Amino acid sequence: MHAFIQAVILGVLTGGVYALMASGQTLIFGIMKVINLGQAAFVVLAAYLTFSLFTLTGMDPFVSILITTPILFVIGAAIQWALLRPLRPGDATELSLLVTFAVALGLEGLLAITYNTTFRSIQPGYENFSWTILGYQVNMVRLFAFLLSIAMLGLLYLLLKHTKFGRAIRATVQNPMSAQLLGVNSKMVAAFGFGLGAATAAAAGAVFGLVSPFNPGSHYDLISRLLTIVVLGGLGSIGGSIVAALVMGVGSAVIAALVSPIWSDFSFFVMLLVVLLFRPRGLFGARVRGAL
Amino acid sequence: MSRVGLVHAVVFFGALTLLPFGVGPQWILNLLIFTLMYASLASAWNLVGGYAGYPSLGHAAFFGVGAYAIAILFENSVGDGYLPFFVLPLIGVGAALLSVPIGWIAMRTRADVFAIVTITLLFMAQTLAFNLRSVTGGAQGLGVAGPPFSADTYNRPFYFAMLALLALAMGVSFYFRRSKLGLSLSAVRADEDKAHGVGVRVTGVKLIAFATSVGITAMVGGVWAYYVGFIYPQFAVDPLITIGMVLMTFLGGRATLWGPVIGAFILVPAQQYFAYEYGASQVYLLAYAAIFLVVMLLLPRGILPTITDRLRDRRKRTLRQATEFPEENTPQDAGIVGERQGAAR
Repeated sequence: MHAFIQAVILGVLTGGVYALMASGQTLIFGIMKVINLGQAAFVVLAAYLTFSLFTLTGMDPFVSILITTPILFVIGAAIQWALLRPLRPGDATELSLLVTFAVALGLEGLLAITYNTTFRSIQPGYENFSWTILGYQVNMVRLFAFLLSIAMLGLLYLLLKHTKFGRAIRATVQNPMSAQLLGVNSKMVAAFGFGLGAATAAAAGAVFGLVSPFNPGSHYDLISRLLTIVVLGGLGSIGGSIVAALVMGVGSAVIAALVSPIWSDFSFFVMLLVVLLFRPRGLFGARVRGAL
Repeated sequence: MSRVGLVHAVVFFGALTLLPFGVGPQWILNLLIFTLMYASLASAWNLVGGYAGYPSLGHAAFFGVGAYAIAILFENSVGDGYLPFFVLPLIGVGAALLSVPIGWIAMRTRADVFAIVTITLLFMAQTLAFNLRSVTGGAQGLGVAGPPFSADTYNRPFYFAMLALLALAMGVSFYFRRSKLGLSLSAVRADEDKAHGVGVRVTGVKLIAFATSVGITAMVGGVWAYYVGFIYPQFAVDPLITIGMVLMTFLGGRATLWGPVIGAFILVPAQQYFAYEYGASQVYLLAYAAIFLVVMLLLPRGILPTITDRLRDRRKRTLRQATEFPEENTPQDAGIVGERQGAAR
C-alpha cells in the first residue's frame, strides 16, 4: 500500500509535467489541425538550452525559463511561417505531419552535432532533495515542476480567455473562415499559436532536464508519450489533455513501482490502442472534422 | 502494362540481374544491395503511404520483426546458407498477420492518428527489442550464423534476394495500380467518406494494403539481418529506416510505380557517400531533414509526376501547333493514380 501511494504521488507530479508538454501540442492541434511531431524535440532543445545556460553562467534552471520561453516562441513561429504555411491546403494535414517530423530530425541532428550524443542532466545541487511527509517522499524539483506547470497552464488559460489574441485564437479554432471574415488575421494567429505551443516546451524542457537525463534522441520516447496523452485526452481539448496527462502519469508510475519500469513504457502504447478501440475521440474530444 | 512500361521493366531487371556477373569490385555490389533494399522498402511503404494516403511512420518496427525472426531462427546454423531465404515468405506472412489487428485499430481513424499509432509502435518495438533480453539479447545484440558462401561471390545471394524482393514489391505495386483494389485505395485517399458512401470496402482495402506492405518490409528486414550478420535494437528498429522509406517515396513520387525506386537510387548512394566522407550519422540526419523539407516545400509531388506533367504539357503544345485548332478536351493518359483522383474530385 505504501509503495502504491508513493507511486501515485510521483505519478501526479510527473503527470503535471506531461500536462504542460501536452498542452502545447493540443494548442497547436486545436488552432491548425496539425499534429506537431516536433513538440518533443522542442522540449529536448529547451532542455539543452537550459543546460547550456546553467553550465555557462550558473543560471538556475527555473530562472532560465524566462529566457528560453521567448527563444522557443520565435523558433516555433518561424517554423510555422517558413515550413508549414506554404503547404498546399489539399494535402496539408498529411504533409505537415512529415514536415514536423523532419523538423524533429533536424533538431536532433543539430543537437547531436553541437552537444554529441552522451546523456546529460542538469544538476543545480538540489535535484535530489526531497521532503518526507507522513512517511512519503516528495521530491522538491518534481513538486516545483508540478506547481510551475499549473502556473503555466493558468497563464495559458488567462491568455486564451481574457486577451484579444486569445479570442482570435479561439475564434480560429472554432471556425477559421468566419474568423477571417470578422477581421482575424488567421495567418498571424497560426504562426503565433504555433509559437505559443512551442513556447510551452521551454518550461517543460527545463523541468525535463532536471528530472531525467536526456540526449538528442530522447524526443522519440517523449513524443510517443505526448501523443498518447493527446489522443487519450481528445485531440484539441486542453482540459482533456491535462486529465489524460495525470491519468497516464499515475498509471505508468504505479505500473513501474508494482510491476516493472519496462512495462510502464509499454502501458502508454497499450493505452493508446485501448482508447482508439473503445473511444477513438478520447475522453473529452469533440468530433473534430478531418481529424477523427 | 503498356509496351513501353514492359520494356522499362525488362531492361531494368535484366540489367540488374546480369550486373553481378560483370562487376568486379565488391563495394559496388554492397552499395547496390543497400540501394535495392531501400528501393524495396520504399516501394512497400508506397503501397500504404502512397496509394492509400496513410503515412505510416512505424514500418521500421516490422523491419525489425523480420530481422529478429531471421536472427533468432538462424542463430546457430544456416545449413547450406540458402535456407533463410526460403523461410522469408513465412516471415512475411507472419508479420502481415501480426499487423492486421494493429492496422485495424489504427486505421479506424484518420491518417494523422494512424501516424501517431505507428510512430508509437516503432518505439514500443524498440523498447521490446532492448528489454526482452532472453529473446533478443537486448543491447548486446544477436548474431546470425555465418553462411558458407565463397568469398568471391559472397554478396551475390543477398543481392539476388534483395532484387527478388524489389521485383515482388513492384509487382504488387503494379497489381495495385491495375486492379479494383488500387482504384478503391485511391478513392480512399481522395475522400474516405465518399468512398465508403459509394460502396468501397474501406476497411478491407486499407488493411490489405497495410498488411502487404508490412509483410514485404519484414522480409527485407530478414535479408538485411542475414547480410549484416549481427543486429542491435537501435539499428534493427531504427527511425532512420522509416525516414528513408518515406523520404525516398516522396522524392521519387508517391503513388507511382517507379517513384520510390528512383528515390532510392538517388538517395542511397548519396547517403553512403556522405557516411563515407563525413562519418558521423548526425550529419546525415541533418541532411535527411534538409532534403525532406526541400522536397516537401518545392517538389511536394516528387520527381516522377513533375516530369511526366512537363512532358505531357510539351506534347500538348506541339499537338496544338500542329493541328491549328486547340483541342478543348485533350484525352488524359489513363492509369496514373493522381489523375484518377483528380477526375474523382
